Amino acid sequence: MATLKELSVRKDPLTGGHRACAGCGFPQIVRMVCLASKDPIVVVSATGCLEVTTTIFPYSAWTVPFLHNAFENAAATLSGVEAAYKAFLKKGKIAKKINFIAFGGDGGTYDIGLQSLSGAMERGHNLLYVCYNNQAYMNTSIQRSGATPKGANTTTEPAGKVKQGKVQRQKDLTEIMVAHNIPYAAQATVGYWADLVRKAEKAFSIDGPRFINVLQPCRLGWVYKPEETMSISRLAADTCFWPLYEVENGKYKVTLKPKEKKPIIEFLKSQDRFRHLFNPKNETILVEIQKEIDYNWEKLLAKEAK
Amino acid sequence: MITVAKTGNEAMAEAMRQINPDVVAAYPITPATEIVMIFAKYVADGLVDTEYIPVESEHSAMSACVGAASAGARVMTGTSSQGLALMYEILPIASALRLPIIMCEVNRAISGPINIHCDHSDTMAARDFGWIQIFSENTQEAYDNLLQAVRIAEDKRVMLPIMVTTDGFIISHGMEKLEMIEDPIVKEYIGEKKPEYSLLDIEKPTTVGALDLTDYYFEHKMPVIEAMKNAKDVILEVGKDFEKKFGRQYGFYEKYKLDDAEFAVVVLGSASGTAKVAIDQLRASGVKAGMLKIRVFRPFPAEEIAKELTGKKAIAVMDRSDSFNTCGGPVFTEIRSALFDSQNKPSITNFVYGLGGRDINVEQIKNIFESIRNVGKVPVVNYIGVRQ
Repeated sequence: MATLKELSVRKDPLTGGHRACAGCGFPQIVRMVCLASKDPIVVVSATGCLEVTTTIFPYSAWTVPFLHNAFENAAATLSGVEAAYKAFLKKGKIAKKINFIAFGGDGGTYDIGLQSLSGAMERGHNLLYVCYNNQAYMNTSIQRSGATPKGANTTTEPAGKVKQGKVQRQKDLTEIMVAHNIPYAAQATVGYWADLVRKAEKAFSIDGPRFINVLQPCRLGWVYKPEETMSISRLAADTCFWPLYEVENGKYKVTLKPKEKKPIIEFLKSQDRFRHLFNPKNETILVEIQKEIDYNWEKLLAKEAK
Repeated sequence: MITVAKTGNEAMAEAMRQINPDVVAAYPITPATEIVMIFAKYVADGLVDTEYIPVESEHSAMSACVGAASAGARVMTGTSSQGLALMYEILPIASALRLPIIMCEVNRAISGPINIHCDHSDTMAARDFGWIQIFSENTQEAYDNLLQAVRIAEDKRVMLPIMVTTDGFIISHGMEKLEMIEDPIVKEYIGEKKPEYSLLDIEKPTTVGALDLTDYYFEHKMPVIEAMKNAKDVILEVGKDFEKKFGRQYGFYEKYKLDDAEFAVVVLGSASGTAKVAIDQLRASGVKAGMLKIRVFRPFPAEEIAKELTGKKAIAVMDRSDSFNTCGGPVFTEIRSALFDSQNKPSITNFVYGLGGRDINVEQIKNIFESIRNVGKVPVVNYIGVRQ
């Protein structure tokens, strides 16, 4: 893996001065993923926080080629870019190796963009899709998404007198990607930067469709102090709320096994989106969440052991 | 020239083969268009160099077209009806980004009810998305229009996406005589695409599709409006050049016995063939009947059409779709608006016909003429060929 020193001299894909919130996690995700590529990159982004905060005309924070089309079609759009590249390679109009990266939030990936993503993965385009997953539609005021975890308070499924936030579990998109039999799928989180950079490097070393689902705490939607993004991110992995693992050609590898698995309440209590769960009448929900996490963790370890 | 017998779909697929685009992305929604199936066989047989993306929806087809065109590729797609409807979200993005994507569009009714047969409701609903729209009367025009579309869309003064349409089944599946131009001549005619910008230009990185708020959005819509104006000149230039090279004449519209006509119909697409027969019969019985067949609907040649129709006694505008505005179909409202400033305005009425593939025949068109000869005695908007 490239050292921090090596990464620091590579071309930064994003300039400073973009308009992401203080403490936002995705600029780091973008930097770590893009810096992991030794070859030039072309980036496509779905509509969302990333696109909105980095490309307010007449300014652009991008130092690399960047295309935004619409909300649900980053994967299909990048399919087209990659197809054009292949056509030009064939005709001798281009020779340089280029890595193609799509970034989409969880709304643009888990929900409205799922079909486009699935299609691109099935067709086998040579691209990396990175979901910066902050578990709700943060760009448009914290609406619930398919990635929102059980119990979380959102504006479209708020905690109230009779409802305790989101009723359902989050969709397991990483496993859906694994089921596409793509050569590489992984889960990472922004706080474990070395793990994320290594996974991105590995992704760039493989041909074909690749997917990384990166958990990104959002200070606005998760409601915590801006300086806590990295620690909360690590807590998500340390509690096994967000296990860090990769699946290379069907082979599972858990890349972080906490020495001591922390109880989920440590993660939940770090953010106000779960505050209502700590009302004594909601204790059963906390127990359920812990049970589900334990079950999923054991299931993952069993897959790795196979 | 090579004389062959082809359906509209085959003719468009042949034109696509000769154009040999860098990228084609398409999806067979119901109703699926055969054009892409024929083209896929060309890909499988190595007759084209195209990177063909068999996407999972028309939404992704147009999205992939935007991606590929942003990378500088010459890009084509084909669709129809619901497929075009599924593309609607991305169509104005393609024009705003000034991407000269070329689409073969087979006009078919929009659901519901689900129908699959010809009318213009799909294409008409896409008229305000910044795409050039060209209608074809027959297989020959579909082929010729598609070749010209490359030159029109990619002209530096235009740089807009373009859809060339045929009428579902009537043209798309009807076999007709087609004069094809030889492959090498087409190749020379359309030339190489030379994009000014490419997303693949690593040395000169560009940000494409930036967020425009209140302070720039309007300014970025104006160039599309200007490009549409320029497209009028370019369409005529390309048409003249095509005529010089290949002998067939193309402008904004075709006039059929119009100049001395007292009564005229305005028609788009395949029904104009039927109208010609009706006009011939009426002329034989002494009625001064004529037709203006619109080829280019976007940009709309309002001034030119107004000049042609001014002074006529009565005009019937035939619409193969309705606007549900209670005051006329989309072609009618354009024509009526175009004639507003004319000194010698004809009486203008609207005849909505042929929805969902309902046939239109010579007798019905003769009846339309009969109706408008009784100036002022028919309602402004009429629906013909429909059971009450």
